[in-house]
Amino acid sequence: MTRLLLCLLFSCVTAAAAADEIDKVLKRDFQARGQATMDRVVPDALQRVCNETDNRPPAELAKTLEADQMRTIAFPAGSLVGDWKRGEATAQGGRGLTWTDKAGVPGDGSCYNCHQLSPRESSYGTLGPSLYRFGALRGNGPEMQKYVYGKIYNAKAYNLCSQMPRLGYSGTLTDEQIKDLVGLLLDPASPVNQ
Amino acid sequence: MLRLACVLLLVALPASAQDAKKEIQKYQQMIAEGSPVELFELGGEEWWKKPQGPANVSLEKCDLGMGPGVLKGAYARLPRYFKDADRVMDLESRLVHCMETLQGRSRKEATARVFGNAEQPSELEYLSAYIAGQSRGVKMAPGTSHPKEKQTFELGRQLFFHRAGPWDFSCASCHGEEGKRIRMQDLPVLSQPAAARPIVATWPAYRVSNSQFKTMQWRINDCYRQMRMPEPVFISEATVAVAMFLTATGKGEPYRGPGTKR
Repeated sequence: MTRLLLCLLFSCVTAAAAADEIDKVLKRDFQARGQATMDRVVPDALQRVCNETDNRPPAELAKTLEADQMRTIAFPAGSLVGDWKRGEATAQGGRGLTWTDKAGVPGDGSCYNCHQLSPRESSYGTLGPSLYRFGALRGNGPEMQKYVYGKIYNAKAYNLCSQMPRLGYSGTLTDEQIKDLVGLLLDPASPVNQ
Repeated sequence: MLRLACVLLLVALPASAQDAKKEIQKYQQMIAEGSPVELFELGGEEWWKKPQGPANVSLEKCDLGMGPGVLKGAYARLPRYFKDADRVMDLESRLVHCMETLQGRSRKEATARVFGNAEQPSELEYLSAYIAGQSRGVKMAPGTSHPKEKQTFELGRQLFFHRAGPWDFSCASCHGEEGKRIRMQDLPVLSQPAAARPIVATWPAYRVSNSQFKTMQWRINDCYRQMRMPEPVFISEATVAVAMFLTATGKGEPYRGPGTKR
């Protein structure tokens, strides 16, 4: 038992040391360009934990940090379901936040890069689950609207080391764009639910 | 050209993903048959032999690891440790080293334009095509025994899995799981030898979608751009480490590049 604890402690210490080393290398070997400034290589608590645990954080710690992430989400008052047509355009686009993108211009969702959504689009990625018929299968009531909005705004509030970017929290998408994506996923008239 | 290629591709896309994949394979074969890679190799030979810099000499005495001026099989042994520079170098690092030490050029001047465009490819892109071409048929065998080579590999491995930036991405976010794709583009799991081998055996490569010749340094640079990270400094230790991790993971296959990519 002592041995197990020691091993666990040791692996945590070495993982943390390795992460520190990588952070130093990033500071030394990367440079600011356009809007991609060097503050981007400074890890936050979540990135540290996900890196140090190989994306398998201890359950208790994950719960605490997920709660922190949940507090970053400001749910807008009123309806969360925007215009699915604008949402489709946001889902199709892949711009935003790179050093070649113009700063201060709202980005896109890059949704089709990883997810299937509308059946009219056959060029979709598979890194994330298929979202085809999302609303038709899972309902579109207030709780579901809130979940979808929150998940897009900050996916890490629901799954700490999720591979999905924190699209609202990172400033990639505006509240309005996220509402439009909620519309794309939940509106019965959206092609996603046809 | 980029637009045209995309439009053609989209028009040609049938409904099912399976059919689409077949169409893409057909398209890839077509473009490989009409690839201008050889032109880049010829252009690179001219750059290799052209006297330049304050010393007004060519790169023909550059030692890429097999002795001064020996090109046959040199690319297939990179990245590797170089005693004279006391560091691990990939092809681009070593070329810049020769530009500095043989031709007397400054780092700043030699790396002022490392990535070209369709109208004007860069000197380093031409040189990479020429030198890589001299390794066709030679098994990829980067340096893996020197302590610094081992260190570089380990740093590259860690960087590959390290998540950072506003989108929390690592290389493994896209290249970590088998059978995945972005849009219609298949994503090789580059930490696995079977998937890395055909990639390592075909870079650098001509890219049809934008009519440009691309080096591994560019590939790594543009991945970090899409990861929403700041820019990795050209031929920095971090970039050489990632190149080393990929190359050593995918070693063992005879080189058959420079390749042709979509």
